[in-house]
Amino acid sequence: MTYRLTVNGIATETSAPGMRRLLDVLREDLGLTGTKEGCGEGECGACTVLVDGDVVDSCLVPLCQVDGRTIETVEGLTAGARPDGAAPALGPLQRAFLETGGAQCGICTPGMLIAGEAFLASGRAPTDAAIREAIAGNLCRCTGYTKIIEAIALAATRRTDESASGAAPTSEPGPAA
Amino acid sequence: MTIETRPGRAPAAPPTVAPAPVIVPPGGPARGRARPAGPLRREGPAKLTGTALYADDLIFPGAWYGATIRSTEPHARLLGIDLDPAFDWSKVTVVTAADIPGDNVVSLIHDDQPVLVPVGGEIRHHAEPVALLAAADRATLREARGRVRPRTEPLPPVFDPLASTVVFAHYDLAKGDAAAGLEAADVVIEGTYRVGHQEQLYIENNAMIAVPRKDGGVTVHGSLQCPYYVHNALRRGLRLNAEQAQVVQSETGGGFGGKEEYPSMVGLHAALLALRTGKPVRMIYDRHEDLAATTKRHPAIVTHRTGVMRDGRIVAQDIELIMDGGAYTTLTPVVLSRATIHAGGPYDVPNVRIRSRAVATNTPPNGAFRGFGAPQSEFAAETQLNRVAEALGLSPLELRRRNVYRVGGITPTMQVLRGGVAGEEVLERAAEASEFERTRARTAEARASRTDRDRTARGVGLALAWHGAGFTGSGEARMGSVVSVELTAEGVVRILTASTEMGQGTKTIFPQLAAAELGLDVDDVEIAPQDTAIVPDSGPTVASRTAMVVGGMVIHATRRLRDAVEARTGRPFADSYRDDARSHGPTRVDQAFEPYPGVGFDDATYTGDAYPAFGWAAAVAEVEVDLDTCAVTVLSVVAVDDVGRVIHPVLCEGQVEGGTLQAVGYATIEEIKLRDGRYLNDRLQTYLIPTALDAPRIETILVEAPFKDAPHGAKGVGELPMDVGAPAVIAAIHDATGAWIPDLPATPERIMAALAGIAPPEPPGISTVTSSASSVGGNG
Repeated sequence: MTYRLTVNGIATETSAPGMRRLLDVLREDLGLTGTKEGCGEGECGACTVLVDGDVVDSCLVPLCQVDGRTIETVEGLTAGARPDGAAPALGPLQRAFLETGGAQCGICTPGMLIAGEAFLASGRAPTDAAIREAIAGNLCRCTGYTKIIEAIALAATRRTDESASGAAPTSEPGPAA
Repeated sequence: MTIETRPGRAPAAPPTVAPAPVIVPPGGPARGRARPAGPLRREGPAKLTGTALYADDLIFPGAWYGATIRSTEPHARLLGIDLDPAFDWSKVTVVTAADIPGDNVVSLIHDDQPVLVPVGGEIRHHAEPVALLAAADRATLREARGRVRPRTEPLPPVFDPLASTVVFAHYDLAKGDAAAGLEAADVVIEGTYRVGHQEQLYIENNAMIAVPRKDGGVTVHGSLQCPYYVHNALRRGLRLNAEQAQVVQSETGGGFGGKEEYPSMVGLHAALLALRTGKPVRMIYDRHEDLAATTKRHPAIVTHRTGVMRDGRIVAQDIELIMDGGAYTTLTPVVLSRATIHAGGPYDVPNVRIRSRAVATNTPPNGAFRGFGAPQSEFAAETQLNRVAEALGLSPLELRRRNVYRVGGITPTMQVLRGGVAGEEVLERAAEASEFERTRARTAEARASRTDRDRTARGVGLALAWHGAGFTGSGEARMGSVVSVELTAEGVVRILTASTEMGQGTKTIFPQLAAAELGLDVDDVEIAPQDTAIVPDSGPTVASRTAMVVGGMVIHATRRLRDAVEARTGRPFADSYRDDARSHGPTRVDQAFEPYPGVGFDDATYTGDAYPAFGWAAAVAEVEVDLDTCAVTVLSVVAVDDVGRVIHPVLCEGQVEGGTLQAVGYATIEEIKLRDGRYLNDRLQTYLIPTALDAPRIETILVEAPFKDAPHGAKGVGELPMDVGAPAVIAAIHDATGAWIPDLPATPERIMAALAGIAPPEPPGISTVTSSASSVGGNG
């Protein structure tokens, strides 16, 4: 049988076995290796993706459960189109991670970014406690989480500043620098 | 965060009042705090977009999958390896010890660890490799794995390090007369401390892919810290020359010591299969295999007898340290050496005796993990010191003030501390930033007025540590590391080192150091890939030596390159190097390690300068203990670390924060349980590390007391925070509850037992035995 899913905005068809892990479909069938495997049993969150906006561990989700759904992976977070060969432009959360030092070895980073995006999309106030809760399913062994929390808070603040400075963030700059 | 800068060389005597903070240049992005921006992480964009290629992301067309058949017993004779005749073996390649072209050893310190246990040989631990399989697809491989039966004859295992008679290494350090010192002391306090295994738990498991070469050799791509360790292992095990063995580091998802020596084993296994099949072979461990088979932090048993005078002067330390090396030597003698030298803690005590030994047990070998022996022995030293303070009725802060090393202090190896001695400074900074004495008075008051209705208790704890920078003793001089810096014919400045990036920032700070010397923008300096066909052997990426030692060599090499170019052009390097490359062609400088002047160590007597310099760290932890469940929440840690010189504040803080959380995990939740020599919690569902909800608020304060013989003054940072976190947490638990927990981790069970005055659960790090232990497992 053929499964249809939308991955990072692109309609995709696959006839892989229905019980194949979404993680393997992404990494091996679609070549989206940004999503990582850390434990294969839903403990580490390195394989975190969004399914219809919900944060899931793609190592625990069989393909048959995402038929007709929308999947977002780290590859979908880059701003704008990615011409072949060119380095993708960083999205706002990625930029915040880079500035604050939220990525060290980088292996938890794709999953952490996805969890962070879901948090930003929720519109919740970026308190320390709320951010910790939002990334509690994603293990990081390098950072002590401090700079990851800082990065998500920074991205949330910038988002608020942007929307506060005018209804359309891409229009003329706000009144005060 | 603030950065405290002590300008220039360390003063002759440490100031009693810390120097005024130097305001760092503004420009930091985060929350408007003052912070030097520093260059962005070099490989950050690739990691943040998912385009960075870790081993399992690499594609080699036609690659086969490899698997390792492992022992299911802790100790046995391997009589044979039986392949199920009912299975179609034509699609599977099987490799045993008989197929190893070179020496059947994983080359490291001693030649005791085989690549695969040979038939007739001895299985010495659970999960020991006995055979290798490869197949074109995972399903065939999975099926084949279940059809291989090692035939064995059980042998009696040894699990108790106190009962083991096989000694990997032992040391005996003496300064003054410990027996006489104890005799003369007003008070003698005794204590025994035990710590268990700790897993590095990098989120990327061990992974290697071997690709056969046309010249009969093999190229191995993988997750590793030390390209030349793997290179040496391949050459020896496969009998290859230097060109035939090529090792290429892929993006590495954390190491922490766990990818120091074990990648040699994984690389050999993948390479054996690749040479046998003639195809690329992927040897990608899953989490269970990685946890079950790869190295852990050494368990240790440490006994202290401390003699003190009523005024708080420590006059004698008599320390016995026993480490469990597991089944093979690996790096154990060096781990024990560091543990031994650090065992007294950062205190100038006139009479010290430290006796240590590391022994073999029939458990998987233990190896490198951030701190490399020091976290074990300094946990014991600091917890002992906090108990001494309690016995004397002195503040733990005051007791440390009276005994901490100052310039001119003499260590147990008779090393005179000449400069960069910042124990007092980090101690005072930590006490001040955490308001330690005020908080302690508050928790004491709360404890005194506590009633049965109180369901939680808060406490605060302090610890202090030192950490020898770089290799122990004569290790660095023996290593003979080399780094190169080149100006290519195309006019590109490029750094060539074998130092790997595993998240700590190597690829960012090396270009930063070189660019500063050359007057270039950091982006104008490239860094060559960690590929043994391209870069020289700059030694392993371990021992917090990358910034200090290799970084120092990068600076020296860069200065020589600059001088050579400027001598030719007569103009500043930055203005003339592109012209020089065009007119003169490429220039390459190879810089060998030059021993630091006046640093000498005698391996025979184990005396002298054990380290060229020491880093210093203090931590103050605050905890809340649930008095019903005895669960511990670590609320905050103030971490103050003297790193010599901060090269990149954001990356440096990141090291302190990450190391601090690993120490908090070590103190509270991380424990491997063993039965019959097998790790029981060998999955991520059962081996727990702290999540964001378990992690404390961490405040990092960086102190700079430079190492004068490194051109940039850096002393390293990676391991330092790992030494102080655990004893600070244990002291805080005591402050909250009144109970000393001498065994790590301080689980609710251990705390509850201590509060109830009953026997604690079994000690950490030692295997329990089922009655049928000798008949367990695979005699199929």
